[in-house]
Parts: sequence; C-alpha cells; structure tokens
Amino acid sequence: MSDRKTNSELIEAGLARRYRAERRFKMYGIAATTVAMSFLVIMLVAIFVRGVGAFHQTQISQVVFIDPELAKENDWQGMVKASLRETFPDVQERKDKKLLYGLVSNGAGYDVQNRVREDASLVGQNIQLWLPASDDVDMVMKGSVDRSQPESERRVSDLELAWLDKLAADGAIELQFNTRFFTAGDSREPELAGILGAVKGSFLTLMVCLLLSFPLGVMAAIYLEEFAPKNKWTDIIEVNINNLAAVPSIVFGLLGLAMFLGFFGLPRSASLVGGMVLALMTLPTIIIASRLALRAVPPSIREAALAVGASRLQTVLDHVLPLALPGMLTGAIIGMARALGETAPLLMIGMVAFIVDVPAGIMDPATALPVQIYLWADSPERAFTERTAAAIIVLLVFLVVMNVAAVILRKKFEQRW
Amino acid sequence: MFKKTFTALAVAGVFVAGAAEARDQMHIVGSSTVFPFSTAVAEQFGKTSGFKTPVVESTGSGGGLKLFCAGSGDKHADITNSSSGIKQSQVDDCAKNGVTDITAIKIGYDGIVIANAKAAARMDITRQELWLALAKDVVKDGKIVANPYKSWNEINSKLPAIKIEVMGPPPTSGTRDAFVELVMDKGCAKFAEVEALDKDAKKAVCASVREDGAFIEAGENDNLIVQKLDANHNAFGIFGYSFLDQNMDKLQGSVVEGKEPTFENIAASKYPVSRPLWFYVKKAHVGKVPGIKEFMTEFTSEKAWGEEGYLAEKGLIPMPKAEREKFRNAAMNLVNNVNDDVKK
Repeated sequence: MSDRKTNSELIEAGLARRYRAERRFKMYGIAATTVAMSFLVIMLVAIFVRGVGAFHQTQISQVVFIDPELAKENDWQGMVKASLRETFPDVQERKDKKLLYGLVSNGAGYDVQNRVREDASLVGQNIQLWLPASDDVDMVMKGSVDRSQPESERRVSDLELAWLDKLAADGAIELQFNTRFFTAGDSREPELAGILGAVKGSFLTLMVCLLLSFPLGVMAAIYLEEFAPKNKWTDIIEVNINNLAAVPSIVFGLLGLAMFLGFFGLPRSASLVGGMVLALMTLPTIIIASRLALRAVPPSIREAALAVGASRLQTVLDHVLPLALPGMLTGAIIGMARALGETAPLLMIGMVAFIVDVPAGIMDPATALPVQIYLWADSPERAFTERTAAAIIVLLVFLVVMNVAAVILRKKFEQRW
Repeated sequence: MFKKTFTALAVAGVFVAGAAEARDQMHIVGSSTVFPFSTAVAEQFGKTSGFKTPVVESTGSGGGLKLFCAGSGDKHADITNSSSGIKQSQVDDCAKNGVTDITAIKIGYDGIVIANAKAAARMDITRQELWLALAKDVVKDGKIVANPYKSWNEINSKLPAIKIEVMGPPPTSGTRDAFVELVMDKGCAKFAEVEALDKDAKKAVCASVREDGAFIEAGENDNLIVQKLDANHNAFGIFGYSFLDQNMDKLQGSVVEGKEPTFENIAASKYPVSRPLWFYVKKAHVGKVPGIKEFMTEFTSEKAWGEEGYLAEKGLIPMPKAEREKFRNAAMNLVNNVNDDVKK
C-alpha cells in the first residue's frame, strides 16, 4: 500500500476547510448587511426622534374679547394682547408687557381674525380660543430649555417661566396636534410654518415632470427598440442617452435657466419650469428603463403577433407595450422619486425661495420639499430644527409610498417567462 | 384602450403653457444674511396689506445684484438684498443694462461673531491676533512666512493653550467677505512689513485664509457650525450675530478688542466686526409691479426696523434714530441714492 491518499480522502481532508470558508463568507455578508442596516436605522431613528416633536405644538387657551373698535382697525393681535393683560393683571411695566405678549405667537391674531370672518356675530363677545404659543415657549414645553441654567443664558426668563407655570397649573397651556404644520405654507415663525406649500409645489412639479417625461421617454424607447434601424446613428444616440443619465443635475438647472427662463420667458420660481427641468433630468432614466422593459418581452410574442398578420404598430401597441408597461412604470416611478429629492436644478430657476402662499397652479411661485428642508435647516430659530426633521419625515413618507407603488405595480402586472 | 390613454398622455405632455402673464407678485433676491429679515417683512406685508406675499430668494449678495442688474421688466427682480454693499463695478453693470434709478436703503447692522462653546473659556482677542491665527502667510520676525502658529498661545501667551481650530463660511458667502474686510484686512494693516508690499500682493497676503486645516470651511449652514461647536469645545466658529442670539445657552462670543458682541455694543458701533445691511429697489418697477412702495413702507416702519420692532427680535441690530429717519425718507421719496454709498 502506498501513502498516496485516494481522491475521496483528499476531498474529505479539505472539506472542513471549505465549509469554514463558506461559513466565513456568509458571515461577511451578514456583517455587511448589518452595518448597512444599522446606518439606516440610526439615520431614521435620529430623524424621527428630532422630528416627532414638530407634530405637536404648544397652544395657549385664552378668553379673547372681540373688541368692535379693534376689529374696525384690523388689530386682531391687539385683542390677544388685551386678553393676556386680563390673565396677568399684575404685569405693569412696559418691558414686562412686551415679554408677556411674546408668550403667544405673532400670528395668533390671524386665528382670531379667521374665527370672526367665519362668524361675524362674534364681534362684541368673549370667545375661548386655543392660540399658538411662540417658538420659545414651545421649546420650553417640549423640554428643550434647561431651567437649571442661569437666567442670562436662557432665551426664556424666570418671569416668563413663572407665567408658563401658572398657565400650566390652570390647564390653559398644552401640547396639541399641530394641524397647522399640514395646512399652512412657509413662515418665518416656526410655530406658524407649515409644509403644505412645499408638498403642493413638489406635487405640481412632479406632475409636470411625469406628463412630459413619461410619454416622451416611452415613445423614444419604443422607436429606438422596435422601429429604429441598428446603425451608427442609433449607436450614437444610445451612447448619448446613457451619458445624459449620468450628468450632474445642476447642469440641467443651468440649461433650464438659459432655455426656459431666458429664451421662452417663462416665469421664475414656477413649478411648470421646475417640472420641465426635472423632466429633462429624468428623461434618460425613463428611456433606459423602458428599453430594458421592452427588451424583456420575449421575441416569441412579437413573432406570434406578426405571424397572424398584425402590423408592426399593432404588434407593439397591442402585445408588446402592455407586457412592458409595468417595467416602464417602475422605471418612471424610480425616476420620479429621484426628481422628488432634487434641489440643485431648482436653485437655478428660482425655486429655492421663501414662498408663503400655497401654490394654486403650475404658473404660481412654488418651492419643493427638499428645498423647504434646506431653508429650514438654515434658519437660526431652534424650533426650526425639529421642523426640518419633520419635513424630512414627510419627504421620506412620500418616497416610501412611491417605491412601494413601484413594487406593487411590478408584483401585480409583471409577467415571468 | 392603451392607444387612447397613450395619445392622451402624449398630447398632455407636449402641451406647454403659453407665454408668461404680467407679474402681480414682487420678486426679491439677494443676500442670505438679509434673508431672515427680508422674509419676515415679506410675510408680515403679505398678511396685512392685501398684496400677494413677495417671493424671496436667497442667492447671496453678489448673485442677487447680478439678477437685479440684468435689466428691467417682468423677468427681472424688483429688489435685491445685500450684506456687503453695492460696488462701483456693480453699479456700472446695472447702468449697462438700463437699470440706472436705484434706491438704496440701509436696514440695520449685523455683527460677525467669533464664538465657542460655553463650557470652554471665553477668548479676548484683537483683529491683529485673529489675522495671525487665520492668514495663510503671516509676518514673523520681520519676514512674511507661511503661517507657523499651531495653537493660540503661540500668538499671545494670554490666549488659551489650545490648537487653532476655526470653522467659518466659504468664500461664496457674504459673511466671509465681510470677515475678510473687517477683520483680516484691518488686522494685517497693522504690520509695516505688509504695508510695504504693493497693492495686489498686500491684498493677497491680507485676505488669504490658511489651508492647513486650522481654518475649516463649514459651508453656508451656520446651524451646522453651532452644532459642531457644541460638540467640540476647542473649536471656534465665525457666523452672524443672529445665530449667537438664538443659542445664548450654548455659545459665547469672543471679546474682540475689548468689546463683547452684544446687541448694545453692535448697535452703538462699539463692537468692531459689524457691517451694514442693505436692500436696493429698482425704481422702474415701482408702480408696475404692485406693492413695492407699500413693502418699503412696511420695511422702514418703526414696528419693523425700530429698536423694539419685529426685526430686532429676529436678530437685526437697528440703526440709530437719525439714520432710520434718513433712510425712511429716501424710501418714501424713492431717492436715486445708489451712488451715495458705493464701495470702490
């Protein structure tokens, strides 16, 4: 007998090592996934923890007398001030009064005004109202102000804290659901600022973008894939489309500035122009996705249709396109999701702006969600920090909804061969 | 069915809205430093006047003037904000495009602070020392050499013995321009060796900020600097006074040449690192775009820019009464005063 091992012995000797290598490789994979997932979780938790506060807003309950005199002068804030003086009658000094008025938001008067506009018979009466507190008070109520620090180092003085404690003891101050955040446009006062203007701006922009880029993209893809001859020219076009998909988005913004604003004279800051610029940006993505979807339809479908006498057009429209459409839609939605997150191209065409009025149509000045996030992140008031995070949450919800829609479309309509 | 939807989509997609209609909403561009004040007035104006709320864009002082000076008419901005004041070259640019009648309104002052975390010691520094700490090339032993200073106490033994680490705005920012002009230029002018250089070389030596990691360009977002200072007690940050004002519980402003950056000191022009803020109005648009005159009235009212006005709450340092009076008159009478305060 020789010392030479048989083949099976050799294999058995190496087996343990091979199993180990396999286990190690699996471990690396799990580790990589865990690291990636934990980053994601850390990001989401950080945003959520910061932003969740913005969904509640401190409100102060006051009995406001609708003074007919002040109503005539449109001094609604004056009525709020009068009611605060009523609640704290021992505040006499001018300086202290100013602090006292600062407890409620500068915009509280608009709430009074709106109530009276709805019901004119309220003039001359006392009404009970929950008014928005100022951002500093809001921060105290949410525990972001450290009361143990010396008075000079806080934005809220001892006097104000005493007033707040009194209001709290009377049950006249509490955190309520912040409906204004979802129904108002932007504001320089954190407690009055809302996301609706940005949401609507984003929606209008994306609608314009979708209506322009989807039909154009699908048409281009169908022509290039089904009808165009394969020659030098179509190769050049293909290379260019692939290149365009990788062009930084700011370039499209510059193009939009020169073309749409400079040449066509379209209005600055309008969501129409924003949508057109983003359409330029998403077009290559949609063309590429649509071509892949068309290519995934097996040739047998086309051949079958042609064999029973369908024309090229009938084949494409009645047989190939319906099968490719889920893939195209998925591509379009992913392109839209990318467009939703863009700020750079919007900067050039004036959509990075402070716009209070909620846009009503595509010609109105508008911002978009990521722009709103950027503007709030840049504001000095601390209460804007949580609003920034809350706006990010809203943006993420939008993105998740769009991506889920893409997955559902794919699952529901996708054909496998 | 697919055919129909497809055609409908294509038609809708190709459809492009017609030409722009006449603008009924003011358009304001310009400095990011003036942005918080301009927007506060715009919002107040929109809510109380019955006019549409003006659109305010934050483009930076230079970018704003470029848009503003591009011409008259619907496509161009009505007002631009500036934190550095208009320059002669910009006035010329404007004139080239037919924008000649401009009303310049000074709105108040902004201080630039050098701040650090409250937990650390407060610094008491001069502009000369700041230049030595932050310039790329400095004067040492009578020669101009690459900046050798690594920690503050190497410059002056009274300064803290910590590594020089300053976060500040990038060159695109108006705050950086003002910092260079008010601190770096003034600080380096104290050295005879620098004064001896010719004009261009002097300018380069004075304004160049070191690139060896001691000065960190922190981007335009001042909130980010505030957060970083809170986390790193050895670092200093350079930003506008309003951010210090909002974060008094966390940060302290360094004393510059014996003066603390407080509201009172900046208002009284005692604190050396402060600058005026401006906005410029295109007179050709007044009466064409509705609301410009009324917007100017709102901006220059006592309840806005006065000592107790809402802009002071936002961190604007008001002007003395006489100056407010002067610029209110300029605004009311739409004086063409742009040439009165032009920087060479």
